[in-house]
Amino acid sequence: MSVLADQFTAHTFVDAFRFIGDNASLMLSKTGQTCELAFAALGIALALALPLGLWLGHRHRGLFLALGVSTLGRALPIIVLIAFGLTVLGVGFWNNTAALVVLGIPPILTNAYFAVDGADRDAVEAARGMGLTERQVLLRIELPLGLPLIVAGVRISAVFVIASATIAAIAGGGGLGDIIVNQASYGLAGVIAGSLCVSAVALLTALALGLVHRAVSRSTTARA
Amino acid sequence: MIPVLGGSGPVIPSFGSGSSCEQNNGWWCTDWLREHWGDTLQPALVQHIELVAIAIAAGFLIASVLAIAGFRYRLLDVPVGGFADFLYTIPSIALFQLLVPFTGLTVLTVEIALTSYTLFVLYRNMVAGLRGVPEDALEAARGMGLTRVQTFFRVELPLASPAVLAGLRIATVSTVSIATVAAFVVPKGLGEPIFIGLDQNLFKTEILAAGGLAILLALAADVALAWFARAVTPWSRA
Repeated sequence: MSVLADQFTAHTFVDAFRFIGDNASLMLSKTGQTCELAFAALGIALALALPLGLWLGHRHRGLFLALGVSTLGRALPIIVLIAFGLTVLGVGFWNNTAALVVLGIPPILTNAYFAVDGADRDAVEAARGMGLTERQVLLRIELPLGLPLIVAGVRISAVFVIASATIAAIAGGGGLGDIIVNQASYGLAGVIAGSLCVSAVALLTALALGLVHRAVSRSTTARA
Repeated sequence: MIPVLGGSGPVIPSFGSGSSCEQNNGWWCTDWLREHWGDTLQPALVQHIELVAIAIAAGFLIASVLAIAGFRYRLLDVPVGGFADFLYTIPSIALFQLLVPFTGLTVLTVEIALTSYTLFVLYRNMVAGLRGVPEDALEAARGMGLTRVQTFFRVELPLASPAVLAGLRIATVSTVSIATVAAFVVPKGLGEPIFIGLDQNLFKTEILAAGGLAILLALAADVALAWFARAVTPWSRA
């Protein structure tokens, strides 16, 4: 692997924006591919990790699992996951999706666990005393109480998965990573343009999750 | 194809002539490991530890200065924290390339990128730790007549240290992991054998061995720092 070094001048950032303007349809389709890959992985990670984390937290079980998964998740290099996925699943969408799912699970699982596990015990006991079923306790008491932490976990996971999705280009994953790892074809302006788009997607997603969080917490407070 | 001039026999590409391990490319080949531990894996491991140690040390220093500033002057906290967040959203592979025009294909490029990634976690945890010092403790310090500086070193810093050390653990483990991407820029660290394995027809043993070492290194660092944290902050359960 090698990287060509273009001359970097004050105009390079201007060029990067010009690159986005000149290649709008390319940037749009590559951004779309990155979003497709990242959000598919994020959706699967969410579907797997959220129920498990909530359930374990509700039972106050599996502290070791929750902590271990979060450390292991940070320790797993994306390149190793993708390289490993290549050997098992071959080149393609699923190899990269699987790698990103594995990366996306830990923050969601760990935060969901601690959010529910740390919910105010008095409130939970009061709810049980009022005759709520375990399911109702989880969904109506523990979940709303722990929501800030749960959303924070999803946000960390989303930013991490979106930024890592670019590395999938090494394994034929397409998306903005194709531009970022191919400075020889697109030039430094292209690399900067590509990473600006990735950062934009990551920041917008984080922002959107913040808004969702605010909307949901407002509606639950209103209902209570 | 480039025509071969001189006609000194057929040109045989070299990629098919590896050891039996590389030709068979099974899941695990102990012979290859025994042969290449000394010339490939062990140097890569040492380089990896160097890359991470320098980045963590630099990141810790910079984050400390920023955190103290952000803690004292709350106005600074928003831009500094926001900038650290933004750095974290830049894909590592892009950040490495963005720095190449400034610092070239050097270790410095890698260290700048790795250091910027540590800032996010370290800064946030340091500020949270300092902010989390209970008002009672501060009041007691004031009552004892401690100066501002004494309060910081004797009260705030010790009480913030569990959060700081937790941040250090997270930052170290993530940096060990991200440092594998550094091989995209300089042929150093455990990423290098992985990239070579990827290039060489997906040579599984090399990829798994180097990747496994990176994961083990991260976990070992985590355990070591947990022990260290317990030793220096015996009053906290962490």
